[in-house]
Parts: sequence; C-alpha cells; structure tokens
Amino acid sequence: MDLLLDSLFNGVAIGSVLLVAALGLAIVFGLMGVINLAHGELMMLGAYTTYVTQLIFKIPILKPFYNSYIIVSIFLAFIVSGVVGILLEKTIIRKLYGSPLETLLATWGVSLILQQFVRSVPLAYGTGLVISLIIGLFLPSTFPLKIKESINFKYFKFSSWILAALTGVLTGSVISSTVSKLSRASARNVDVTAPSWMRGQVEILGTAFPKTRLMIIVITLISVIAITLFLNQSAWGMRIRAVTQNRQMSDCLGISTEKVDIITFGIGSGLAGVAGVAVSLLGSVGPNVGGNYIVGCFMVVVLGGVGNLLGTVLASFGIGIMTDLIGAGRLLSIWPNMPLPLSNTINFFATTSMARVMIFALIVIFLQFKPTGLFPQKGRMVEN
Amino acid sequence: MSLSKFKFDKRIVLSFWIILIALIIAAPTLLPVFRLNLLGRYLSLSIVALGVDLIWGYTGLLSLGQGIFFALGGYCAAMYLQITSSSEFPNNIPEFFALYGVEKLPFFWEPFKSPIFTFFAIWIIPALVAGLIGFLVFRNRIKGVYFSILTQASLLVFFNFFNGQQKLINGTNGLKTDVTQLYGQMVGSESMQRIFFWITAILVIAAWFFAKWVVRGRFGNILIGIRDDEPRVRFTGYNPVIFKTIVFSIAGGLAGISGALYTVQSGIVSPQFMTVPFSIEMVIWVAVGGRGTLLGAILGAVFINYAKSLVSEALPASWMFIQGGLFILVVTALPEGVLGWIQGDGPRNLLQRFGLKRKIETYPSLEVNNKEGNNE
Repeated sequence: MDLLLDSLFNGVAIGSVLLVAALGLAIVFGLMGVINLAHGELMMLGAYTTYVTQLIFKIPILKPFYNSYIIVSIFLAFIVSGVVGILLEKTIIRKLYGSPLETLLATWGVSLILQQFVRSVPLAYGTGLVISLIIGLFLPSTFPLKIKESINFKYFKFSSWILAALTGVLTGSVISSTVSKLSRASARNVDVTAPSWMRGQVEILGTAFPKTRLMIIVITLISVIAITLFLNQSAWGMRIRAVTQNRQMSDCLGISTEKVDIITFGIGSGLAGVAGVAVSLLGSVGPNVGGNYIVGCFMVVVLGGVGNLLGTVLASFGIGIMTDLIGAGRLLSIWPNMPLPLSNTINFFATTSMARVMIFALIVIFLQFKPTGLFPQKGRMVEN
Repeated sequence: MSLSKFKFDKRIVLSFWIILIALIIAAPTLLPVFRLNLLGRYLSLSIVALGVDLIWGYTGLLSLGQGIFFALGGYCAAMYLQITSSSEFPNNIPEFFALYGVEKLPFFWEPFKSPIFTFFAIWIIPALVAGLIGFLVFRNRIKGVYFSILTQASLLVFFNFFNGQQKLINGTNGLKTDVTQLYGQMVGSESMQRIFFWITAILVIAAWFFAKWVVRGRFGNILIGIRDDEPRVRFTGYNPVIFKTIVFSIAGGLAGISGALYTVQSGIVSPQFMTVPFSIEMVIWVAVGGRGTLLGAILGAVFINYAKSLVSEALPASWMFIQGGLFILVVTALPEGVLGWIQGDGPRNLLQRFGLKRKIETYPSLEVNNKEGNNE
C-alpha cells in the first residue's frame, strides 16, 4: 500500500510537471496548429522570471513579503512569457499560418536567440526590455476610443513606445544598481531557493511528500482548471473554440480572428511561463532548461490527441506514472520473484535515460495503432 | 525553378569540372592542415545535407532525426577502427571495454572485424534503420509536423540509449578514432587526413550525381508529387508509402556515409552527433542553400559551417544570434534559399525594383497560372 501510494505520488508529480509544461503547447499546437519550438525557451523565461523576482524581493523594502515571492512570480512569469509570445506572434508566426514546417524552423531560430539572449544580456536589462515591451504593447489599447479612432493614433502609439523604452531603460538601470547579481551577464546556471514555508515535507497517510512537489501539483491543478473554465465559460474562450473549429466561418460571423490568434498564443505562451516557475523549483535554471522538456511536451500533446485538453491531462499523467514505474524499476519490487530474463530487462531500463527510451518507444508503438492519439478529432477530410 | 532553365555551354561545364578537380587535388597544398581538415569535415556534412534535401526539398518530409543515421554511420566506422587497432590491449578488444569490466566483445560488434562488412554497414545499417522508422511512420499516414515530431522523438530515444550504454559503446565519451590505425597508418595523421579529404571530395561528387539520378525521371516526379499533393498521388494509383520509405532510407544511407567520413576527420564519434540542435542545423543548411536544388544543399552545408567556424573564432557569443536570425530570415524572406532565389525570379525582381530591367508585361492571370505551374 505504502509502495503503491509512493509510486502513484511520484508518477503524478512527474506527470504534473509534464502537464503544466504541455498545457500551453496543447493550446498553441492543438488549437492553432502552430508548432512552437520556442515553447521550451518561454518556459526558461518563466524560470528566470522566478529567479529575478526572488532577488528583487530581497531588497530591504520588499523583504517582509519575501515568503510570498513565489506566488507573485507565477503571475509575473505568465505576463513575461505571454508578452514575449505575443511579440513572437505579431512579428513572425502571423506570417506563417498554414505552413507549419516553416513555423517550426522559424521558432527554432527564435529559441536559439532567446537562449543566447539570457546568456549575453544582463538579467536586469532583460527585465527592463520586457517591461518596455509590456508597456509598448498594452498602453495603446488603454487609450480612450476617441484617441484610438483619431487619425493621429499612430503618433500616440509611437510616443507610447518611446515612453515604454524610457521606462524600460530606467527600470533596467535601477534594478542593476540595486541588485548586483543581476547586473552582469552570465551563462552559468542559477538557483531558485524555495521560501521557508515550501521546504520540508508533509505527511499524508504515513508517507512523506516534499512540499515543492505538492506546490507543483497545485500550480498544475489551478492552471488546468483556470484554462478549462476560460475556454468553456468565457466569451473569448468561445471565440477561440469557434475559430479552432472553422476559421473562415468565424471570420464571417464577425469574430476578429486576428485578436483570437493573439490571445490564444499569448495564453499558451503565458502558461509556458507558469510551467517555468514549476520547473525552477525542481532544479537549477539555465539557458538550456527548456530543451529538456520540449520533446516530452510534444509527445504528450500528440499522445493525447490534438486539440483536446482531457487527452493532454491523461497522457501526461500516464507518461508520468509509466516513467516512475519503469525508471525506478518498481515492477520488480511489486513482484519480487519474477523470472530472470524479465527482471534483467526491467533492470536494464531502470535508469532515467533508459526509461525515457522505453517511454518514447512505447509511444511510437502506441501511435501505430492510434495514429491520432487517445482522443482524435473527428473529421471527414482526406487531409486534416 | 528547375535547373533546365540554365543551359550552359558544354565548354563552360567542362572547364568548370577541370577547375573543380584541380582545386580538389591542390587543396592540401593550398590550405593549412587545420583549414583542410575543416573543409573536409564540411564537405562530408554536405552529403547528409543532400539526403535532407532529397526528403525535405523534394518529398516534403521534414525529418529532425537525421542525426540518428549520421551517428550510426560514424559509430560503425569508429568501431571498426577501434577493433582493428586493439591488438595490444587486453583481450584484443578496444581499450574502453576494460574500464567497464567487459572482457568479451559484445556479439553485435563481431562482424565489424571485417573491413568489407564495415564498408557496407556504414551505409546499409543507417538505411535499414531509416527504412524501418520511415515505414512504421508512413504506413499510418503520419505526416507533416507529426512526422517531424516523431523523428525528433526517435532521435531522443537513440541519444538516450547511446548515452546510457557505457558497456556496449562507451556511452557519453564516444569512440575516438584519431589514435587508431588503418593499414598501418595513424588515422589522425596528416597523410591519412589528406587521403580522407580526397575520398570525401570524390564521394560528395558521387553523392551529388546519385541524388541527381534519384530525382530525375518518374521517381523524382512522384517525390515532387508527394510533396505538393499527396492525396492526389494516392488517388492516381501510386502508393506513397513505398516511395517515401525508399527516399527516407536513401537519405539515411547518405547520412551514414556522411557520418563515417565526418568521424574519421574529426577524430571522434559521440552521442553529441544525435543532439536535437545538430539535426535541425542540417535543415537550415539546405534551407539557406536552396531546398529542391541539390547544389544548394552542398553549398549551404559548406558555407554555413565555414561561416560558423569563422564567426565562432572571432565572436563566440554572436553565432547563436546569427544562426537564429538565419532561420527566421530564410523562412520569412527567402523560402527558396539562395540558389533557388537565383534560379527563380529573384534577380529579375530585384533588378526590376531598381528600375534596371523592364517588367515583363503579361496578363495578370497568366502570371498567376505560371506561378502555380512553377511549383511543380
């Protein structure tokens, strides 16, 4: 019983990291059909946001609130990755709708640039840049309608970008002068330390669970519930679903598909940022942290069936539990005296990397029988 | 878009070949050893680029897993070299086995004692693996981005497998070849490297002719048909699965040859050949050079890698930015690649923009139709 619970918990913990990472991808890839190879790097931005937030909360003024930095960083990470995602959509991906392979290559280029960016730009100025992006992209939309419709709107837009740039430079230099750790560029990995209330373990039913893992599960749960509610209950969620089902018809019915694309991509990218917070709790954060997750995320989405959140949830927990079962060789402890060749095989795969080999092989075999995943989208097209 | 637009004079073609051959023969004396070695490596990479061009440029299959076949070829060659030059080590097996307490050569390495077997294994094993992966994927009509993702996942499977198996293939450390012996000569020695350079140059030309032969005629037409409209090819009565599998295993075989040549010239094969970035880089060589143009693939591989080494020597941090920018630029602004742009309407459009050449006046509809026809 103990063992089973332990195994289940480990599996769910692995699965929830996968799920929170794949959730954003499921939206971007599943709903929009866009392959975003920079998804891992958006996660990395989220992880770095956590790190920066942590250091900023160590400033004397904010010190009393230090324990809550992780909560704040979840929102900040969502915004940071979301804004970078929106910028990406507006500049590159918009031009490439309908040609997924080209999108794949272009977003790979973006991911390379983002990786090198965090290596060679001091994080303080990176923060400043992101802040100016946020202001520049969102300030114009807060103007009253009268200005928006006036012929001089482009000048207002331009001046808001100048304001944004100034604010960005200012915040960048303020941060770099107050937090010395952020003022220099470094390619080294950084560590996020969990606040004191998240360290240690909780005992449930006689088994000890690390609190950070529980926190990740909670983050995942909240994100899944929030995104499901958003997609199914809100007006924009309905528009997103409508555009997913039939873009041209939605366009005819007066839904601004352009806006829908931006919102969908922004939310998907923002969720990558949230995943980044979760990932930063697990280990050190480096420029390559996203690359470890990206292929796994794609496998989750493909396995679950494209455009289906339930499939994504089931697939990630399935993969998580399987990884734990195979990687820790748990079958052996459940059934100790199994025949030798079988136990040898299980021991052969009982490492993290070999478990990955096994899982991917199993997924490829599974796709032989169900090429469109667990919950395929139904259609009558020759091509879909 | 096809090469046939350019009809060169026979004498020009002949002199081009003479100059090329002269350059290849003279290269070892013209270039310093270090540069020659780099050039040799990049030429061997251009063979894998030819394979990528066959499957992506002509057939429309974007594989992100060519590193698998590249590394397999490399491992075959490296293991042969390790085994033949292991006579002074205990148990007559390569040195690294002793580190992990392996006393007997694993059974699947036994055939690699024979040079003839190795010679065939270098390209047949990767081709078979590619054919198997390809068949399993294509049979289910998995295509487009799903194919790309699955090949990437297979790449990770192989990477993790090769990385984790110390006892069979020396794991992360890989197999070194530069201190091994081939016919009594050190593989890493200058004279050997010169020979490898010549072999590479000859094989690049051979691979180019082979690829040209593949895309010529009906087989090539079917490949292009699959790229442009696969259901139509199927409805016309062809089975795309067979053609896709064949071309994918051809690309795998080319990748294997390329990997073997690269290994003997770089002195080591390791699971690093199977990392995700390296396999995607192969695609960008083809994309920049011009997909659907075989010469473009070769030139793209050589020039981009050369640029990479030059830029990395001067400004180590900036190569990632440049490479990322290249990906974005090629996809958004130059989808046909440099050579495709030159052979297509690119130069004429550019001249027209500056008013140096008169616009060709046709009916708009004619131009539209012509554009569509050009895709073929």
